[in-house]
Amino acid sequence: MATTTAPTKAPGRGDRWAGPGMLLPFSLFYLLFLVGPLIYTVVAGFFDTSLLKSGLGDFAGLSNYSAVLGDSEFWRTLKNTLWFTVLTTVPLVLLSLTLAILADRFVRGRWFFRFAFFAPFVLPSAVVALMFTFIYADQVGLAQQAATWVGVDTPPSWLGDPDWAMISIAAATVWWTLGFNFVLYLAGLQDIPRSVHEAAAIDGAGPWQRIRHVVVPMLGRTTTLVTVLQVVASLKVFDQIYMLTNGGPDGSTRSSLQLIYDTGFVEGRVGYASTVSLLLFVVILLVSLVWFALVRRAEKER
Amino acid sequence: MRDRTPHTSPPAPSRRRLLRGTLSLGAVAASAAALGGCDSTLAQGFTGGSPTPDRLNFWNPFTGGDGERLLAMQAAYRAGHRKTDLKSATFVWGNPYYTKLTLATLGDRPPQVAISHLSKVPTLAEAGLLAEIQPSDLARHGLTEDKFDPRPWKKSQLDGKLYAIPLDTHPFVLYFRTDIAEKAGLLDGKGRLTDVDGPDAFIDALRAAKEVTGQWGGSIASVKDASTQFRLFWSFYRQISGGDLVADQGRKVVIDTEAAAEALAYIRRLTQERVVPTTTDGPGAITMLTTGKAGFLMDGVWQVLTVQGSKVKFDMRPLPRIFDDAPYACAADSHSLVLPKAPSESAQRLDLSLGFVASLLGSSKLWAEGGHIPAWLPTQRTASYRALEPQSHYAAAADGAAYDPAAWYGGAGSSLQIVIGDAVTSVFTGAGSPTAGAARMKRELRELASRTSPV
Repeated sequence: MATTTAPTKAPGRGDRWAGPGMLLPFSLFYLLFLVGPLIYTVVAGFFDTSLLKSGLGDFAGLSNYSAVLGDSEFWRTLKNTLWFTVLTTVPLVLLSLTLAILADRFVRGRWFFRFAFFAPFVLPSAVVALMFTFIYADQVGLAQQAATWVGVDTPPSWLGDPDWAMISIAAATVWWTLGFNFVLYLAGLQDIPRSVHEAAAIDGAGPWQRIRHVVVPMLGRTTTLVTVLQVVASLKVFDQIYMLTNGGPDGSTRSSLQLIYDTGFVEGRVGYASTVSLLLFVVILLVSLVWFALVRRAEKER
Repeated sequence: MRDRTPHTSPPAPSRRRLLRGTLSLGAVAASAAALGGCDSTLAQGFTGGSPTPDRLNFWNPFTGGDGERLLAMQAAYRAGHRKTDLKSATFVWGNPYYTKLTLATLGDRPPQVAISHLSKVPTLAEAGLLAEIQPSDLARHGLTEDKFDPRPWKKSQLDGKLYAIPLDTHPFVLYFRTDIAEKAGLLDGKGRLTDVDGPDAFIDALRAAKEVTGQWGGSIASVKDASTQFRLFWSFYRQISGGDLVADQGRKVVIDTEAAAEALAYIRRLTQERVVPTTTDGPGAITMLTTGKAGFLMDGVWQVLTVQGSKVKFDMRPLPRIFDDAPYACAADSHSLVLPKAPSESAQRLDLSLGFVASLLGSSKLWAEGGHIPAWLPTQRTASYRALEPQSHYAAAADGAAYDPAAWYGGAGSSLQIVIGDAVTSVFTGAGSPTAGAARMKRELRELASRTSPV
């Protein structure tokens, strides 16, 4: 088939190494800062490794694993993390989809809505935490003031009440990170050809029907991507909780990652912390796999 | 270099040559840093060499008001020791600081002198991270036992060996607005607070202040602040039993649940009788005092500069004695200077380090202005310290200083403070009963004690 192609210059000796050579810098960093620590984490989980001593410490076998699985705090932080994931993923997917569709319908001034919804995402978590510390403050905060304006006599202590703290943090997180999903959806919307809209309109579909039967199904792949990214990001939540409540009140907002931080760096029990982080890694992997399997099955049925 | 001769082809540098050039440039830069930058801390970290003999590395966790005062103390040292190159590094307070100190010492690159809370010293010393300090070496620099406050001095030792040199004591105290207290009729002729000792007297005083402010009697941080709640409980618990919560470096639980329940019952009274609000965060508690929404504030002495900055009339005194079953007690800790164990004597630089420690102690007056009670008696006993107001008004609290329980999971910002503090908060807000709170403390302490110690 390729008999008539013009003879190309034989690849030089150096060119054979061009590909691997380009990969080398990244591979080095990958090995040094990702694979290496991961192996160390797996190994440290089988030892009573301590932050206060050099070396791996005494061999512990599977005792770290049995201790973590029997630790009520491990299960409680996992439950908190899953609760946070539910509280953030659902509104972050639905709201960003809604807002993207709405913003997309504007012809004039579209840039403003895009900017307005994306702007909070560029703020560092420390800035967001500081802002919401003031908003949620007791006695003097904006959120309590706002609640009294709408007629609530005794507004809850947003960050001080165990029933409200996680919801308050989730609300702040939704406001802050909505922009990323919003942009992904906007990109997905622009991939829908105009002709499909026009065809649906000619067939007599109103705006609402077009959204329900054309736009949302065609955004299916984007929704899968957005949901998986969001679930993984929410399961890894740490910084805003650490800065807003430090896991309180009464441990009600303590996330799995904070348990790892606390046991590893505050108490210096690196072996135990490694075990917890490996188990969290497994949980995240499982959740993502289950989600992908469900989506694949749904796509086949369609 | 041969690349300097102009080539006719290719006109633009090939990607490979560009890469090679960049790499060689990087190598030159790195070797230059290694050769020319022997005294740079970064290069020293990479090569593992000792710093130059006149270099003194000092680590501390002081920012804000404390940080400013420390800068002045360091300036005083530099003025007297022009040959020494003092490099001071400030890190974020709390666990990040101790993690860095631990890792640097384990990695054989410790600073020569570092700040540590005395509550952390037993764990660091037991882990073998601190150099033992010989009294004879101290004496060479004029630092003898008789010149130190005996309580922090004793706390600086582990099994009879000295591992730290105490700088101060910083107890949990009572702030009050003099204008509100006066209107409430709580001041005597000299402007001192009267009749706040005893369970009922203190609540009566808070109630009188509440009548003046129209809002609250006193305030304390309860939201996001397990440490403050721990200090409140620990003060009252020690006043009742005088006993500890754990023993044997945290491996044994010895909490007296009856005494704990009694202390918790009193803490619950503060909110049940509505003289103290249940939900206030740290800055909020101070704001309530400075804006006149509360007449009293229970907090650490380190807030004195913040309150002073608000320009309201206030004074301070030791936390009231509520219970008199045991000697007076209030939660306290101390900053101290430690010498992290260096890999060699030349890296330890003992005399240079101790000279710096002696200089800092000599500047104790500056340090005391930030609220801390100096451990250095030559300063504590001077007329100028006694004239310092309101700092000198609570100096007596140092005699009742109750340090955190000695445990590997204890000390400043530790798991023990969080676990106990959370249990106190739940009683403070009324979510749980005092007896349930005490039982919870015992359960949680047992859980902590059962863990494998990292030491």
